[in-house]
Amino acid sequence: MATTAIQAMTAQALAKIILSYEKLFILDVRNTAEFDNWKIEGGATETLNIPYFDLLDGVDEALGQIPDGRDILVVCAKEGSSVFVAEQLAEAGRTDVHYLKGGMKAWSEHLEPVKVGDLKDGGELYQFVRIGKGCLSYMVLSDGEAAAIDTLRMVEVFERFAKDKGATIKHTLDTHLHADHISGGRQLAENAGATYWLPPKDATEVVFEYEPLEEGKEITVGRSRIRIQPIYSPGHTIGSTSFIVDDQYLLSGDILFVESIGRPDLAGKAEDWVADLRTTLYETYRGLAEELTVLPAHFGKATELGEGGKVAARLGDLFKSNPGLNIRSDEEFRAAVTKNLPPQPNAYQEIRRTNMGRLTPDEEEQREMEMGPNRCAVHDK
Amino acid sequence: MTAIIQTNRMLNCEGLACPMPVVRTKKTMEEMKAGEVLEVRATDNGSVADLQSWASRTGHQYIGMKEEGGVFRHFLRKSPENETKPETKHPHVIGNEELNRRMADGAAFTIVDVREPAEYSFHRIPGAISIPLGELEQKLDLLPKDGEYAVVCRTGTRSDLACQLLAERGYSAVRNVVPGMSAWEGPAERDE
Repeated sequence: MATTAIQAMTAQALAKIILSYEKLFILDVRNTAEFDNWKIEGGATETLNIPYFDLLDGVDEALGQIPDGRDILVVCAKEGSSVFVAEQLAEAGRTDVHYLKGGMKAWSEHLEPVKVGDLKDGGELYQFVRIGKGCLSYMVLSDGEAAAIDTLRMVEVFERFAKDKGATIKHTLDTHLHADHISGGRQLAENAGATYWLPPKDATEVVFEYEPLEEGKEITVGRSRIRIQPIYSPGHTIGSTSFIVDDQYLLSGDILFVESIGRPDLAGKAEDWVADLRTTLYETYRGLAEELTVLPAHFGKATELGEGGKVAARLGDLFKSNPGLNIRSDEEFRAAVTKNLPPQPNAYQEIRRTNMGRLTPDEEEQREMEMGPNRCAVHDK
Repeated sequence: MTAIIQTNRMLNCEGLACPMPVVRTKKTMEEMKAGEVLEVRATDNGSVADLQSWASRTGHQYIGMKEEGGVFRHFLRKSPENETKPETKHPHVIGNEELNRRMADGAAFTIVDVREPAEYSFHRIPGAISIPLGELEQKLDLLPKDGEYAVVCRTGTRSDLACQLLAERGYSAVRNVVPGMSAWEGPAERDE
C-alpha cells in the first residue's frame, strides 16, 4: 500500500532488497565527487545523483527524473540531507519515499552473514559480506568453538553471531595487515580471551602482542579438529598468508579475488613485491587442488555476489576465467600489477598504522577513515 | 590561535549537520550585497566539499577554508552577476605572465590588490599591498602619485574600476592586471 509519510529504511533492509533483486530507485543526494567515488550498487537498483544543495529551492525540477509509483530511497552521507529531500518529495505528492537510516556510514558498516557450507563432523563455515564496502570476513564454527578470519571492526556482530551459535571464539586470524579497513581481530580476541594470529612479516611495526601465523602451524577449531592450514603467499603484502580450511576451502585474503588479483602497492613496495605475487599466484596456488573453493577477503563489484550474497569460486575455474591468472610473461604481469592502478583506498596509510596499533582513532574517526570502496584489487575486469 | 580575517558577516553553523550549513549559507548569502564576504563556521566535515560544490554551482566565490581546533572556517564571497563578463575600460593593462616576468626582472612598481581582505589572506602575490576597492578612495595617500602601479583583483573587474579611479585622481602609471588572481601562476603566498 502506498504511504505518504516518509519512512526509514535500514541498511539491513536495503541489503535484502539488493540480494533478492527487488526493484528500488535510489536518489543519492551527496555531492557528485562523493557519488562518483562510491555508491550503492547491485541487484535491481537504479541510481540517480542530484546533490541536495541543488534541491534547496524545491524538488519540482527533479520530479521528472524520479519515477512515480515506485519505491524511492533517498541516500546521503549520514542521514540529514536525505530526510530533507525525502520530505520535500513527499510534500510534492510522491508516495513510498524512504531514506537510508544512518546514510552511507551505516551502509558501509552493514554485514550480511551467509553460510558457505558444512564442514566435517557438523562444523560450519560462514562468510560475512560487508556489501557496502566489499569486505569479506569468515567464521569457522565447530563443536562450540569458533575462529574468526579477517574480522572487521564491528566486532559485536561477530560476538552476537557466535553466541547465537552457542560457540566461544577461540582464535582470530588476519590474512595480512589490512590497508582498506580497520581490523577487528585484535579487539575481538581481547574481548573473548582468544588468540590473535597475524603473519609476522606484516607485523614488524606492530606495538602489541600477537601469535605469529606461519606455515606449519595448524590451528584447530572444536573437538572435531577442523584444520586451518596457513600457506605463506606473499605479494599483496610481504606477510600475506592464505588458509586452507577443512581441506575444502582456500581463504585467499587479498591475493586472489574472484574477478581480479591483489595489488602489490599499498605498503609502498609494488616493485619489490611483484615477483612474490607472481610466484604465489602462478606457482604456489597452481600446486593446490583445483577443487578448492576460493573465498577471498574482498569483492570489487556487485556482479561478484552470488547466491544470497556469497562470494566464492572454484580455484580450477579461476585459473581459466580470472584475467590476473592468465598473464603469460613476467613483463606483462609486472605492468598489469604496477601500472594504471586504481586510486588507493581512503586513508590507507592511517588505516595501516591503526592496524599496527600506532594510531588509536575514536569510533567516528574510524568510520571516516573507512569511507569509500576497498580498492584492494589491481583492477576491475 | 584564531586568525583574524576581515569579513562582512559571520554565520555560526557549529554543531549543525548536513544539510543545515548549506541551507543557512544560502539564506544568508541572499541577504548580503554582491561583493561582500561571509565567514561560515561549521563542525560537520561534510560541509567542506558541499559548500565548495554549492558555491561553484551557484557562481559564488569560495575563497578558502581554515581548520582550527575542529572548526572549519569557510570564506565565501557573493559574486555580482557582471563579474563573469568583465567590461574593461581602463586602457592600460598588463597580462599575468608579463607582470610575473617583470617582477622577476626586479622592476620597481607597486602591486595593489583591491580584493577583500579574506581573498588576499588566502592567496596573493608576494609584496602586494591590500587595499580593498571600497576603501581605495580613503586610502589614496598611501600611494604616491608618481609611483608605478599594477592593480590586481580576481578577474580584472574590480581592478579595472580601481584603475579608473586612480587615473581620475591623477595617477599616470597605472595598469590593470588581466585576468588577475583567478589565473595567477607566478609566486604566491598566504597567511599561515
